Amino acid sequence: MPSAPAGTLYRGREGMWSWVAHRVTGVLIFFFLLVHILDTALVRVSPEAYNAVIGTYQTPIMGLGEAGLVAAIVFHAFNGIRIILVDFWAKGPRYQRVMLWVVLGLFVVTMAGFLPRHLINVFTGGH
Amino acid sequence: MTTTNLPTQPTLPNPRDAYKRLKTTRSNFELYGWVFMRASGVILLVLIFGHLFVNLMVGDGVHAIDFAFVGGKLTNPFWQVWDLMMLWLAMMHGTNGVRTIINDYAERPLVRLWLKIALYVAFVVVTVLGTLVIFTFDACPSGAPADLLPSICS
Repeated sequence: MPSAPAGTLYRGREGMWSWVAHRVTGVLIFFFLLVHILDTALVRVSPEAYNAVIGTYQTPIMGLGEAGLVAAIVFHAFNGIRIILVDFWAKGPRYQRVMLWVVLGLFVVTMAGFLPRHLINVFTGGH
Repeated sequence: MTTTNLPTQPTLPNPRDAYKRLKTTRSNFELYGWVFMRASGVILLVLIFGHLFVNLMVGDGVHAIDFAFVGGKLTNPFWQVWDLMMLWLAMMHGTNGVRTIINDYAERPLVRLWLKIALYVAFVVVTVLGTLVIFTFDACPSGAPADLLPSICS
C-alpha cells in the first residue's frame, strides 16, 4: 500500500463534506454512547451513585455539550435518510445535492424546536 | 457421399462452463453490513428521537433525570423493550461504523488488528453490561433512602 498516494479521490463540495460530517458526527455519537451506557449502568450500583454522576450532566457546561450532541444526532439522522435515498431512490444520486440542503433545512427547524426548550431547562429550570 | 452427410460436429466446450470458481473466497458479510446500517438507521432515528424527546423536552428536561425517573422507566415493559432495542441497535450500528473507519484509515496490519480488538472488546463489555442492567434492574433497592426511589416503591 503506497504511503503517499498520487493525486486524491476527494472531490470536495456537498457530496464530500456531507460524508465527512457524517463520519465525524458518527464517531462523536459512538463515544458518547459508550459513556452514556456506562453512566446509566450506575442505577445498578445505588441511587446515590447514579444521582451523583447524572448531576454532573445538569451543569450549564454539560448542557451546552448536550446541545452539541443533539445537533450531531439530528444531522446524522437526517443525512442518513439522505444516504438511503441516494442508494435506493432511482433519482437519489441526481438530487443528492439538493437533498443536502433539505437536510440542513430540517436540521435548522428541528434545532429551533429543541434548543430554546433545552437551554431554558439548563439555565433556569430544575433545582 | 451425399449432401445429407453432415460434417462431424466440432466438439467445443460450452463457453459458459469454462470457468468455475473452485471455492468462494469472499462472503456476503459486507453486503449484510451495508443493509444493516440502513435498516437499523431508520429504526434508530425513531428510537433515539423518542428517547431525546422524553428525556430532554418533556417536563423539566435534563433536570428531571435522576434515579427515580430512570426507575420509573425501567420498570415499564414498554421502555424496557425500547431501551433494549436502542442499546443493541445503536451499539451494533456504531461498532460497524467505527469498524469501517478503522478499515479506511488504519493502514498498518497490527494497528488495524489492535484497534479492532479494542473496538470489539468495548462492544461486548458495554452491550452485555447494558443488557444485564435492563434485565436485573431493581427499582426499589433495600436500604436506599425512600425520597430517592420511584413512586412505585411506596
